[in-house]
Amino acid sequence: MYFSYFNYWICIILLMIGLYTVMSRSNLVKKLIGLSLFQISVFLFYISMGKISGGTAPIVVEALEGAPEPVYSNPLPHVLILTAIVVGVATTALGLSLVVRIKEAFGTIDEDEILELESEEDK
Amino acid sequence: MVFLSTHLPILTVVIPLLSAAVCALLKGKNLPWALTTIISAISFLMSIQLLLEVNVSGPISYELGSWAPPWGIEYLVDPLNAFLLLIISGISTGVLLYARDSIASEVPEKQQGLFYAAYLLALTGMLGICITGDAFNIFVFLEIMSLSSYVLIAAGAPQDKRALTAAYQYLIIGTVGATFFLIGVGLLYVMTGTLNLADIASRFSEIEDTRPIRAAVGFLVVGIVIKLALFPFHVWLPNGYTYAPSVVTAFFAGTATKVSVYLLIRFIYTVFGGDYSFGIIDLADILLPLAVIGFLSMSAVAIFQKNIKRLLAYSSVAQLGYMVLGISLASESGLTASLVHVFNHAIVKTGLFLSVGCMFYAVGSVYLKDLEGIGQRMPITTFGFVLGGLGLIGVPLTPGFISKWYLILAALEKGSYLGYALVTAVLVSSLLAVIYIWRVVEVAYFRSPPEGTEKAEAPLSMLVPCWIFILGSFYFGIDTTINVGFAEAATSFLLGGS
Repeated sequence: MYFSYFNYWICIILLMIGLYTVMSRSNLVKKLIGLSLFQISVFLFYISMGKISGGTAPIVVEALEGAPEPVYSNPLPHVLILTAIVVGVATTALGLSLVVRIKEAFGTIDEDEILELESEEDK
Repeated sequence: MVFLSTHLPILTVVIPLLSAAVCALLKGKNLPWALTTIISAISFLMSIQLLLEVNVSGPISYELGSWAPPWGIEYLVDPLNAFLLLIISGISTGVLLYARDSIASEVPEKQQGLFYAAYLLALTGMLGICITGDAFNIFVFLEIMSLSSYVLIAAGAPQDKRALTAAYQYLIIGTVGATFFLIGVGLLYVMTGTLNLADIASRFSEIEDTRPIRAAVGFLVVGIVIKLALFPFHVWLPNGYTYAPSVVTAFFAGTATKVSVYLLIRFIYTVFGGDYSFGIIDLADILLPLAVIGFLSMSAVAIFQKNIKRLLAYSSVAQLGYMVLGISLASESGLTASLVHVFNHAIVKTGLFLSVGCMFYAVGSVYLKDLEGIGQRMPITTFGFVLGGLGLIGVPLTPGFISKWYLILAALEKGSYLGYALVTAVLVSSLLAVIYIWRVVEVAYFRSPPEGTEKAEAPLSMLVPCWIFILGSFYFGIDTTINVGFAEAATSFLLGGS
């Protein structure tokens, strides 16, 4: 019975892996990888909730008329998540470009080393 | 014009959004600034119009593309978000009047068009969050606001390279917050099959006792609270505010976190309903202690800062604690206090950050050690800072007094020891505010300026808007018909059954 929630378990596992990566890594690029993973798990969540078992793409086709009523998947969450994917791509791109600038300014992308450099700056 | 006036709700958002693209193409330092200011002023006028209309004839529902809700996206203007629209566009316009010289000195000239484009996008995001009545739309606008604010904070990099790491940190935390929000919206959608806030609210009582809804409430509240920078989720805020350009700091201090306060109120009172939020699952049990610890500890932390911007940033976190305290009192007077404080704090904090911006313009640093004797070098600016500081402390005749008065009344209404304890906490925190403002005053007036420095005020184009905020704050501290009046209208609308 637990297997019927397979998608949702995967979502939760990915969510946790992503969040853990964000928190535990000191490499700024790895943090962003974790962040992407974290967002992608939510995309999977939305896609799973729109899917109806046995459902097809919600396109009305003439040939289907007269045939038994087809079952459609819910298109709305899929469309919504398209927007969220774009947002995710934008976030990752912005994050990576910040990392490039940080590398130029500090000469490192390791969080611990950056913190050290920053605390020197304050003196 | 009749045609336009029926489309005000969408125009308020779309005009800044489209002008951002135009602005990115403009060259030089004057053109982008002028365009941004004009657009922001137009938004301001439109939100005044909306606020008046809403308070006379009730909520306005605008169907995007004539698709009726819940299928289409609905923009809903009611007394609560019209009040927020007024605050955001008003603060933004005031800050922009100030921005020209300040930005010219802090951002390289060829990037200014892009800078103002990002500013307009941030404004669009904030206005959009407030005006939309669609849960997913809120997420989209939240991200528009967040992405552009990361850029705006990183624009402080030429002054201090730590702006880059501050923006990065904000990006990580902000994205986690927004994604939590998205999960919450998804769970609400699974249970109700709709994304329209009013529609979710009308179906909420049937499903409120289910596990997905409890999870949704958790995710939404945590997501919003991260964006709101409530203690202990505030770590991104002090760095972001400290290293961003002065104008950006003033703009965000007045608006960005207020938008999240609005979202919290919107979800707690409109979507979940007060009975659910404070009855079935007692959100006050979580929010109230965090708010109290937040304003006490952050006021204390502010005392030990060496950098005025950072000091004021910590004080902002503390002030957000007051607003959340007002919400979590779960009463009409508490909510009014919270909304009044949203308005008052926006105007006072913006004024303070603008005067610090003037100091930065003249001195090139906002570290206390570099500002010794600033009271003699920049008498007008420093006096403005002191008056703003009085507003922050809550001296009578200032708006800070009005909001603390309402907050204390609301806390006393709670009765019992809890009420008295809360009042004591608010008073202790105000005393701490006296200390951190006094530290600046002491450095500014009781130390002699370093040898060889001359009297140098910031240009008038910066001083005048700064003083508009300072004097405006006194006006709103004496005549409270606008701030308290609209806050009460919004509260009675929210609680009086929509």
